[in-house]
Amino acid sequence: MEATVPRRKSPRDDSVAGYAFIAPNLLIFAAFTLLPFVFTVATSFTDWDYTQGFGAIRFNGGHNYLEIWKDKWFLDSLKNTVFYVAGTVPVTIGIAVVLATVIDRAVAGKDLAKLLLFIPYISNIVAVSIVWTVLLAPSGPLAKAALAVGFRMPVWLADPHWVMTAIVAMSVWLGVGYAVMIYSAALGGIPEELYESGDIDGAGPFQKFFCITLPMLSHTTFFLTVTLIVAGFKVFGQIFTMTQGGPASSSHVLVYYIYTAAFRFFRMGYASTISVVLFAFLLGVTVLQWRGQRKRED
Amino acid sequence: MGTTARKGKAGLILRILATTAVFAIALTFVAPLVWMVSASFKLPGDIFEFPVRWIPKTFRWQNYGIVWNFLPEAPRDYRFALAYFNSAKVTAINVFGSVLTSCLAGYAFAKLRFKGRDFLFLLYLSAMMIPQEVVLIPKFILFDRLGLIGTHWPIILPYLVTPTGTFLMRQYFLQIPDSLRESAKMDGAREFTIWRKIMLPLAMPAVASLGVLTFMWNWNNFLEPLVFLTRSRTYTIPVALAGFIDENLSDYSIIMAASVSALLPMVLVFLAGQKYFIKGLTAGAVKG
Repeated sequence: MEATVPRRKSPRDDSVAGYAFIAPNLLIFAAFTLLPFVFTVATSFTDWDYTQGFGAIRFNGGHNYLEIWKDKWFLDSLKNTVFYVAGTVPVTIGIAVVLATVIDRAVAGKDLAKLLLFIPYISNIVAVSIVWTVLLAPSGPLAKAALAVGFRMPVWLADPHWVMTAIVAMSVWLGVGYAVMIYSAALGGIPEELYESGDIDGAGPFQKFFCITLPMLSHTTFFLTVTLIVAGFKVFGQIFTMTQGGPASSSHVLVYYIYTAAFRFFRMGYASTISVVLFAFLLGVTVLQWRGQRKRED
Repeated sequence: MGTTARKGKAGLILRILATTAVFAIALTFVAPLVWMVSASFKLPGDIFEFPVRWIPKTFRWQNYGIVWNFLPEAPRDYRFALAYFNSAKVTAINVFGSVLTSCLAGYAFAKLRFKGRDFLFLLYLSAMMIPQEVVLIPKFILFDRLGLIGTHWPIILPYLVTPTGTFLMRQYFLQIPDSLRESAKMDGAREFTIWRKIMLPLAMPAVASLGVLTFMWNWNNFLEPLVFLTRSRTYTIPVALAGFIDENLSDYSIIMAASVSALLPMVLVFLAGQKYFIKGLTAGAVKG
């Protein structure tokens, strides 16, 4: 862009106004995001215990970065976070794209249906988590309904093998409405002629879905994939309210580990290291996104 | 919508089937929330009744009275009203503040020329990747040193700026023609006046979208209030609700009453600003 050198006849420079307009934004942003970020990276190379005060800050090189790979709680947190992302992202997107397409074909009540699906997404995470805790309880309605048809459900949240599956299912429920909303907006942009020529060629509804709708939505699918992966790496509220990371470490996730390491045990150095690792994953996702976008533009 | 033009009997049957399916699924999706509302009016013993009785046998309005502490049988004051007030206060300040800083900076990035503008904007774009979770620890230390842990400042100050909002506003201002600004400039108007009298009124749809989005982010924010608000007097609703659940694990009916109370304002704001809300959420997706 030609920002710095004005090439018009009357040289135009809005420096004073420009900086004044940006200043409040930039100062707050620098003070509470940029500088803290630098601090997180620096702290990640220390073994700082906050209860010992500032005198106890000692750099220990990259020791934390080696230590985490021997830490069962970290490894389980990482594994569970990846499981969460790998579970929620494809399932949410898969359900949402079908639902959005079907809603688009509905005769009436499209907006109402989308609204009903969307309410979980805007709801307070603590409130919906507690509802699901009760629904999934061994004496809760879901277990009783399953029993009524002669089938014994796992004790979801108390069973180390099932707890993450339950959290994933609940989170898909939370996110589907959002993805449907985004897909619906994109569906409105697909030219009707494409479907008409599909009709002429004698394509059935499934063919049209796979050969017209899905390819036309690929841009949106890409956007949603990135957004949901990033959100998935940051999962916290459900874990905090429903399981506290348990039983044992079976539903520990990265942000929950940062939270407990830093604010229950005050191991600021170690918790910062986990924060940097979390950031590295998000950075990786963003780099893939940029690459993907460039490919699309070519 | 584009598809209404399609006709034919088979098509119609398909669409009626689609409608039925959509409603069956949508109702299944809200069922947990309907269950929550229904449970919030039940006697504690009736909650686990099966088959589920969607309309309570006996309505126990007292559940809400206990949560809100206007009944003598309330065991203690959970300060839910105070938590409402705190959430409303913090949310109002942050919505106003972040919309204002986004509109100012977004305008400068879109319409003004100054040295380093593109560099700074690139900085913003890359910084959108730094999630608040990653800077939680240094923020805690900073606010602790300043003696602000246990006050509302730690959940206000950082949230007076949002890179996403700044980006959203810049994109919107880019669409407004430069000629408007230039002719006002000829008439000798100052930059701030142009922004305030000409540009801001034109950007109102984007302001509304950003407003409802920031409302949601702040109203539902949980992790930071949980860490920073150490005094129950300062709790916002999500933190108050988490504490309330801890204390009342035996009585799910009042927990449900508290949960319904906690999410009602957000649902109302969403219903009121639905159109803008969806525009805001899809703005990033369409542009990519």
